[in-house]
Amino acid sequence: MASLKQRAIAAGLKSYEWLENRLGLIRPLTAAATHPTPANNASWWYVFGSAATVLLLMQVVTGILLALVYSPSANEAWTSLGILNHNIPLGWYLRALHGWGSDFMIAIVLIHMVQVFLFGAYKFPREMTWIFGVFLLLLTLGMAFTGQVMRFDQDAYWGLGIGASIVSRVPFIGAPLVHLLLGGPIIGGATLSRFFTLHVFVIPGLLLAFAFMHIFMTLKHGVSDWPMPGRLVRKSTYEREYHELTEKTGIPFVPDAAWKDAVFAAAIVFAVMACAFYFGPFGPTGTPDPTIIQTVPKPDVAFLWIYAVLAFLPANLETAAVLVAPILIIAAMLALPLVAGEGERHWSRRPVAVLMVSVIALTLAIFTHLGTYTPWSPIMEAWTADPIPPQYLEGRTPLERQGALVLQDKQCRDCHSLAGAGGLRGPALDTIASRMTEDQIIRQVLQGGGNMPAYGNALSPAETKALMRFLMTLHGDLAPAADASRELAEPTPPPATKTH
Amino acid sequence: MTEHPDNPQTPGADPPLDAAAAKAALHTRRVFLFKLSLALNAAVGVVLAFPLVGYLLGPVLRKKNTASGAWVALGSINDFPIGETRLADFRSPAAAFDDGDTAKVACWVRHIADRQFQVFAINCAHLGCPVRWFAQSKLFLCPCHGGAYYEDGSRASGPPERGLFEYQYQLAGDSLMIHAGDMPTLATQASCNKPKPLTQITPAPSDSAARSEWPA
Repeated sequence: MASLKQRAIAAGLKSYEWLENRLGLIRPLTAAATHPTPANNASWWYVFGSAATVLLLMQVVTGILLALVYSPSANEAWTSLGILNHNIPLGWYLRALHGWGSDFMIAIVLIHMVQVFLFGAYKFPREMTWIFGVFLLLLTLGMAFTGQVMRFDQDAYWGLGIGASIVSRVPFIGAPLVHLLLGGPIIGGATLSRFFTLHVFVIPGLLLAFAFMHIFMTLKHGVSDWPMPGRLVRKSTYEREYHELTEKTGIPFVPDAAWKDAVFAAAIVFAVMACAFYFGPFGPTGTPDPTIIQTVPKPDVAFLWIYAVLAFLPANLETAAVLVAPILIIAAMLALPLVAGEGERHWSRRPVAVLMVSVIALTLAIFTHLGTYTPWSPIMEAWTADPIPPQYLEGRTPLERQGALVLQDKQCRDCHSLAGAGGLRGPALDTIASRMTEDQIIRQVLQGGGNMPAYGNALSPAETKALMRFLMTLHGDLAPAADASRELAEPTPPPATKTH
Repeated sequence: MTEHPDNPQTPGADPPLDAAAAKAALHTRRVFLFKLSLALNAAVGVVLAFPLVGYLLGPVLRKKNTASGAWVALGSINDFPIGETRLADFRSPAAAFDDGDTAKVACWVRHIADRQFQVFAINCAHLGCPVRWFAQSKLFLCPCHGGAYYEDGSRASGPPERGLFEYQYQLAGDSLMIHAGDMPTLATQASCNKPKPLTQITPAPSDSAARSEWPA
C-alpha cells in the first residue's frame, strides 16, 4: 500500500513538473504571492485595494450573468429589466448584487485612495501605481455612469440629456460631440448601444488592464511600509531602506499578511450580499418615454454631488466650471506624486494633506446630502398636495382666506413652505410679514428678483390684494414689519390692524 | 541582439572608426528590413484607420438631412385653444428603427392669438430636463435644478442662462407644423433657430368660425 501511495505521489509530482515545465507560471506566481513584505504593513489599513479587486471580479461575474438576459435595445431594455426582476428566478438578486456591488466598489476605491494619500504611499517609487490608480477611479466612475444608462429608465434617459447638455457647452465642437455621445441627433437606440459597448467591452477591458498594471507595480515595488513620523522618503535611499526593512522584518505576504485582506474581502462581499438581499435592486423607474414629463430625474448616489453643484453654479460661471474644473481636478490628482514624490509620509506631519482630505470629504458629503432632497427644486405637487395649515386660517377675514386660496392656486407653495410643508427653493412664509413690509412683499411678488420669478403678469390686482392680506397675517409671535417712514408720511394705523 | 559584433562601446577602439562602425550597424540589411516592416505596418494601419475612425465618427459625419431636422405636424390648431399652453407630442423625424419610445418628443404649444404660436422644446435650457407648465402662475418649472421660465419662454429665474428653446412653426391650413430634428441643447438647436422654408405646403384660407369658440 505504502508503495502505491508513494507511486501516486510521485505520479502527481511528475504531472505537476510536466505542467509547470510547459506553463512556467505556477512557480513565479507562487513566488509572487509569498514574497516577503515588511511586517508593519500587515495591517487592517492595507486591505482596501484587494477588496476593490474582489468587488471588480464580482462585478464582472454578475455583469456577465445579467448580460445573459438583458437586451441592450431601446425598445426592449426596460422590459428586459422587468423580466429580470420578476420572471427570471433570482434575476432580481443578480441585479441587486450588481447594483450594490457598484456602490460598494466606488466607496472602497475612494477609501483606498484616501488611505494611500494619507499614508503617503503614492510617493517614490510608487508614483505610477498612484497614476494608474487615478485612472482606475475614473474608470470605476465611468462604469457607474454607463451602468446607470443600462438601467434604461426615466432617470437614465434624462441623465443622458444632462450629459448631452453638458457636452453641448464645449465651444465650437459642441454639436458634433453631442452627436458622438448620443450616436445620433436624439437619445435612442444608438445611444443605448454605444453605452452598452462602453459598459460591457471598452471600460471593463481598460479596467482589468489597468488593475493588472496597478497590481503588477505593487508587486514590483512592494506594499508600502507603515509610515513613521520623521522617516522621510528620499529617492537616493528609499529603495535600500525598504529592502533592508523587508530583509529584517519580512513575512510572506501569503499567508501572513493576506489573511486580513481575505477576511475583509469576505466581509465586504457579504455586506453586498446582505444589502442586495434586504434592499433589492435599483429600479428601474418609469419607462424611458420622454413624453412622460411627470418625472423628477436624479442620478445615482455617486453623482448626486455633481447634480447638486450644477444647481448652485452661477449661470455665467457654469460652462467654464463644468468644462475646466474636471480637467484641473484630474490633472492635479495625476500630478500629485510627481510634485510631492519625496519627503514626509506620516499624516501627523502633513497637516495640509489631512486638511485637504477633510475639506474634500466634507464638501462631497454636504453636496451629496443636498442632492438627496434637492432644496433648489420646486416641489411640483405642493400646491395641490399640501393644504394651508388650519392655524393660519382661523379667525381670518374672508379676504385673507381668499388670499390663502390665491397662494395655493398660484403654486407659491411649490417653492415656499408653510408649517414645514412645501418647496424649499424660496424662504418659508410662516413669519414672512415679520421680516418684510407689505410694500416690500408686493414689490417682491410682482417684480420678482433674487431668484424669484415676477408674478406681475400672473396676478390680477384683486388677487394681489387678497394675497397681501393673507401674507400680512403671517408674522408669528412678532409684530409685523412696519415702514416707519410711511407712518410719518400718512399717520394711519399700522398695516397689520384691519380697519376696512 | 547581445552577440552583435559591432559593439560601439568597445574600449580602446579608434573613436571615429568606432562611430562609423556604429553608424554602419544601424544600416544593415536586417535593420533595413525591420524598419521596412514597421513602415509597412504603419501604412496599413493608417489606411485601416480611415474606415475605423470614419465608422466611429458616423453620427457626426452623417448627412445633414436628418440632423438638421424636418417639418412635423402637431395636429390641428383647434386642438390648441387660444390663450392656453398645451403639451403636444410627435415622433422625432430623426428616429431610427430601434428607438422605441425614446423617439417620442414632447413640446409645449402656446397659442397666443389667431394664427400666432410659440412652440417650446420640453428640454430646459440649463441641462435638458423636462420643464412643466403651470397655467395658474404662468411659469414653466424644471424639476432638476429649479429653472423657471415665463409664459413666453423667457428666463424667469434659476440656473438657465437663456430662455426655452423654441421650434420654428408654420401653419399649413389648420395644421400646426414645427421644424424638429436634434434633441435641443445649447449646441444643437439648429432645427429650432435656422429659418428653413416649408415647401409644398400652402396655407389654406383661415377658418375664423372654428376659432371663435375659443375666446382669448
